[in-house]
Amino acid sequence: MTDLIERFFAGERRALSRILTRVENGTPEGRSYLRQLYPSSGRAHTVGVTGSAGSGKSSLTGALAAELRKRGHQVGIIAVDPSSPFTQGAILGDRIRMQDLVLDPGVFVRSMASRGALGGLAPTIDDVVAVMDAFGFPYVFIETVGAGQDEVEIAGTALTTVLVNNPGTGDDIQALKAGIIEIADVLVVNKADRPGADVLVSQLRALLSLAPSEGREVPILSTVATTGDGVSDLVDAIDEHREWLDKSGELDRHRQQEARHQILSVAQRILLERVRRETPEESLSELITQVAGRALDPHTAAEQLVERGGLV
Amino acid sequence: MTASSETSTQGEAGQKIRVLIAKPGLDGHDRGAKIVARALRDGGCEVIYTGIRQTPQMIAEAALQEDVDVVGLSILSGAHLELFPRIVEELTSRGLDDVILFCGGIIPEEDTEALEAMGFSAIFRPGTNTQEIVSFVYDNAHSE
Ligand code: B12
Ligand SMILES: Nc1nc2c(ncn2[C@@H]2O[C@H](COP(=O)(O)OP(=O)(O)OP(=O)(O)O)[C@@H](O)[C@H]2O)c(=O)[nH]1
Ligand SMILES: [Mg+2]
Repeated sequence: MTDLIERFFAGERRALSRILTRVENGTPEGRSYLRQLYPSSGRAHTVGVTGSAGSGKSSLTGALAAELRKRGHQVGIIAVDPSSPFTQGAILGDRIRMQDLVLDPGVFVRSMASRGALGGLAPTIDDVVAVMDAFGFPYVFIETVGAGQDEVEIAGTALTTVLVNNPGTGDDIQALKAGIIEIADVLVVNKADRPGADVLVSQLRALLSLAPSEGREVPILSTVATTGDGVSDLVDAIDEHREWLDKSGELDRHRQQEARHQILSVAQRILLERVRRETPEESLSELITQVAGRALDPHTAAEQLVERGGLV
Repeated sequence: MTASSETSTQGEAGQKIRVLIAKPGLDGHDRGAKIVARALRDGGCEVIYTGIRQTPQMIAEAALQEDVDVVGLSILSGAHLELFPRIVEELTSRGLDDVILFCGGIIPEEDTEALEAMGFSAIFRPGTNTQEIVSFVYDNAHSE
């Protein structure tokens, strides 16, 4: 066990991979690894890539990684795809768009299933990002599942959030109005080789002018992920956002907020697990029957559950 | 079936069987690989699908980065006796000698022995019921 962590710190990719699995699964072993490596995290520039399904998130992440490699940086990538809510299985296909990077020893791509988490990421995403970060990648990219309007968790997980849009999809602007645009630190119009890219750029600019600016203008960049056009400028914009975070003091604020969120959400999980452990299956089924039969409301039932679990 | 709401609670310690489904070489027949990937997903596995035209190094490297329990190769081109030994070699050189290997596609009966000697635990040929493939994975993989 200690052996694996030593190999991790010696830079062995297989050790990274095995630790990622255990941390993702939240096993006691995984938690012990996380405890040991956490102090070494916090150095990476974490970059979230989000946008609707098929917008080119994987292709763009691959292109960004290729550009950063040209600039001499190593890159870790975590790509999340949805789990089936029915079978809990998943097909993780983001790698297909990152083929050119597979044999580059300076890049590590890990696919993750969302495992029922809402919000476009996975339950243990922050822990997994910390592992990649502690391994020493100066950049860690996180590709979300195809996001609609509510999948905004990425803004907490990543320091810089890149929102990918496509021309000619029409409903895009509609979705943006609904809120996801607020989490974007950098806006991208990908598939700029398609008609309507310029129109979309100006629509986005108009939308941005309505939003309250936080002392920083959100840049809008056009890219063609499949050819690499515009990707170098996008890397510059991502780097500039990081510099702004440092200078403005936002970095500290982001870190504090994220730490608070993580502590509270883990605490919530621990409490729930405890209730489940302390509750005999029969008392749960009894409450279920009562609520389903409308004899009891869900709030009262939950209160009883917590009381019986000895937590209050 | 209804979606289980319990899975939406954050951080439930899950241990899923992770499977890599890969198509080595220039073989473009990908229907079987996709059907197998979907069947395993429906069986509850997390399946990493790499797409076609994978070199032995790419397959082994993907297996390493994804820390899979099982590697499944799909081949209909007839190049298995040429490609599979190189894949096994690349896996071994990365210390991945404990992954479960299996394969499917157009593979003549007379090659069975050679493939078993290389470490393939099972070979599934055209017409196989996918449920058989899912059962094989559950019977043989021990996810960590
Ligand atoms: C459909 C087909 C095509 C389609 C493929 C479409 C696609 N995207 O997949 C097209 C028309 C493109 C095509 C092209 C060619 N084909 Co073709 N094709 C077939 C055909 C008729 C059916 C294959 C198929 O899709 N079956 C359905 C799937 C579901 O079955 P399956 O792949 O066998 O998978 C099952 C099992 O084998 C197993 N399995 C498969 N993979 C895996 C992996 C794992 C891990 C596991 C556990 C199980 C498993 O589980 C699956 C479910 O039961 C076969 C003949 C046949 N009866 O198999 C020829 C066949 C495979 N083709 C053949 C040939 C020669 C070609 C071409 C070279 C023809 C040419 N001269 O141009 C080209 C090559 C294209 C290329 N780039 O590779 C030959 C191969 C001969 C050989 N190996 O010696 C075959 C056998 C026909 C023949 N009898 O000659 N083909
Ligand atoms: N024309 C064009 N096609 C692109 C561009 N970027 C991506 N694509 C294509 O768009 C399709 C989807 O690309 P992906 O990178 O898989 O998109 P994604 O957002 O990761 O998709 P999901 O992960 O499934 O949500 C692929 O066929 C890509 O080749 C682009 O700039 N121009
Ligand atoms: Mg993708």
